[in-house]
Amino acid sequence: MSTAEQTGCAINLVEPFLRMDRMPHIWCPGCGIGTTVNCFARALLDSRVNMKNLVVVSGIGCTGRVAGYLKVDSFHTTHGRAIPFATGLKLANPKLNVVVYSGDGDLAAIGGNHLIHAARRNVDLKVICVNNLIYGMTGGQSAPTTPGNVITSTSPYGSFDPSFNLAHLMDAAGAVYVARWTVFHVKQLARSMSEAFAKTGFSFIEVISPCPTLYQRRNRMGDGLSALQYYKQASRVKHGAPTGEVGLTKSGEIAVGKFIDRVRPDYLELMRAQMQESLGERYVDTLDLEECQCQEE
Amino acid sequence: MAKGSVTIVVERCKACGFCVEFCPTKVLALSSAFNAKGYHPPQVVAPEKCSGCDLCGMYCPDFAIYGYKTSEKTAAGDGLPPAPKPAKEAANAR
Amino acid sequence: MHAEPAGVLTGVHFMDGDHACCEGCLAAGARFSAGYPITPSTEVVERFAARIPTIGGTFIQMEDELAASIAVQGAVWAGAKAFTVTSGPGFSLMMEHIGFAAMTETPCVFIDVQRGGPSTGLPTLPAQGDMMQCRWGSHGDYAIIALCPNSPQECFDLTVKAFNLAEKYRVPVMLMLDEVVGHMTEKVVIPPAEAIALEPRRLTTKPPGEFKPYAADGGMVPEMAHAGEGYNFHVTGLTHDERGYPNMTPKAQGLLVTRLKDKICKNAGQIVEFEAEGCEGAEAVVVSYGITSRVAQRAIDLARQKGLKAGRFRLITAWPFPVKEICRLAGQVKALIVPELNLGQMSLEVERCAAGQCRTVSVPHAGGSVHDPGDILAAIEEAMR
Repeated sequence: MSTAEQTGCAINLVEPFLRMDRMPHIWCPGCGIGTTVNCFARALLDSRVNMKNLVVVSGIGCTGRVAGYLKVDSFHTTHGRAIPFATGLKLANPKLNVVVYSGDGDLAAIGGNHLIHAARRNVDLKVICVNNLIYGMTGGQSAPTTPGNVITSTSPYGSFDPSFNLAHLMDAAGAVYVARWTVFHVKQLARSMSEAFAKTGFSFIEVISPCPTLYQRRNRMGDGLSALQYYKQASRVKHGAPTGEVGLTKSGEIAVGKFIDRVRPDYLELMRAQMQESLGERYVDTLDLEECQCQEE
Repeated sequence: MAKGSVTIVVERCKACGFCVEFCPTKVLALSSAFNAKGYHPPQVVAPEKCSGCDLCGMYCPDFAIYGYKTSEKTAAGDGLPPAPKPAKEAANAR
Repeated sequence: MHAEPAGVLTGVHFMDGDHACCEGCLAAGARFSAGYPITPSTEVVERFAARIPTIGGTFIQMEDELAASIAVQGAVWAGAKAFTVTSGPGFSLMMEHIGFAAMTETPCVFIDVQRGGPSTGLPTLPAQGDMMQCRWGSHGDYAIIALCPNSPQECFDLTVKAFNLAEKYRVPVMLMLDEVVGHMTEKVVIPPAEAIALEPRRLTTKPPGEFKPYAADGGMVPEMAHAGEGYNFHVTGLTHDERGYPNMTPKAQGLLVTRLKDKICKNAGQIVEFEAEGCEGAEAVVVSYGITSRVAQRAIDLARQKGLKAGRFRLITAWPFPVKEICRLAGQVKALIVPELNLGQMSLEVERCAAGQCRTVSVPHAGGSVHDPGDILAAIEEAMR
């Protein structure tokens, strides 16, 4: 039960998680990233996440700025490389609860290789991919996720190359939890984040979010609110849908829901099992896997 | 009688309209007032309909509005919130 | 603080430079490595992969050098000592993250076993062509430390030193081997753990709330904290202030970037290491490093047999460069002779520091083998004419 439901609590639930000395943030009017941060805060509360060993790693881009606004141990790393940095954190100290919070360009274009391999290895990371279908920070260039026939600054006559279906990619690469929501779906998104906190292994939550200043404006699609109205109208909840069928288009249906939720041993479990089998007593096990205190007592 | 109330941090609002649109009971509307940055922040137009669900708080990308449930005892018609707890204390309470 | 016995292979060994580097890493307390295969460096991490599970720690082969070079930094912030290993093409890929380590002041070690370049070049043959790159390869202003072992024994010793320097100055340290030193097999004596002094990480003792991750407090090297200890600190590659918060102003840039440079350059006196022999009264001094220093030794011996007064100056730290020493030497000799397995890189630095007081004679070699000592001897003779 979240403390929003307790009487007499009159603070903004998200504020204890924010570096209030850095407010206001840099995101545009109608940008959805801040909304995802609200959902993240709710998920932290509802899951009773131990804030001491929570670490947030971001890459570069608008969503990459999330790390700087959260009042946790946080790392704003290089473009595309949040995931390998997070991998190093987690393997060196498995007690850390590592979240990667970054954008579609950062994670799936320049960071694509790392995204694939971390999912393949099933490293215990929770990846929140805010997908605004564009490169926002640098001025609105096309991204691998930009749907067809969209005007961007590097596709001024309309994009034409096929766009990535990130849910399908993550499913194929081996992620144990794959979900997609939009920033309209605030309750469901918070719930998905909570579910990811409870999973061990590579979890990937894609959040479709508006970029009003660049994507919406250049395509005469209104503002952030127009985008959320579109998400509301066009979304269909399709839990368990075959991920090959959930690709996105410029103004068509948006399949949302939890597509994949499966159990596979994570990287550290696999490593430990292999070492124990091969080395027996000679293996010096420093992992303390059972003692990962990701939730408060 | 209102079961909830809303606090608006006027100066942080960028008038995106999410809270107005997605409040389930249409408590809010954009005002004609301006904040320092020139935006029209929302105002409460139907306070009696507020349930304190805090959907506005969840939607707001600028952390500029939040809702909360008020207890029966304090809902004596003034709609004022109880004194807020300091943020640090509230965090430790979890 | 001394080495943990578990990681120290005390004894007298017959091993090659790559393997000795690995043992140096283990002795220094490295318990995490991320690597990517590239000739002629791969043996360092192959050995680490075999050794670390019986000591306690993790090796992961990443999908590329971009991943490896930043995974080690994540591991450092989680509490481990960490390193990665590569050669030319991989070193080029790692440049962005060397800059990130410099900017975020992440103590870590990069081992470059140099091979012929540019590009794919000569994967199995030596060169020393990355010497300027290790100093200047990433964009922007920053300073690093680079060490040049010339034997498997030095591969062990200087690797331990590299980790110590990294912790002391919170900087990425480059260990610049070449393929010959990496693959030559010689006697390596590894002392007992208690004889190996280690520099502890500069961890703060301040309580959370008081600690600022980039406050140097009048010194030049700030204290750091590990993730998961309750400090709630922020680390960013953006220009930042003492709180670690992005502060993208000329003032913050000036303060930060000047300090990143000064913490190495102004401490050069304590960092610079070299070997000078026979330089007093010499007419020419041969300045060299790495495998070339051993060929140069042969040339100097031959020159002395001919009665020529040739001195020897070996760079152990290539960066920071021994500016004062070279400048002083230049005032005493006719020529400084700089043989290198490249077309003239450190010779540029020698020439700059000589400031016109003497001739700087580069003895270049594009790489692929070591110099013929006769070529270095010829340069000595010519310089003395």
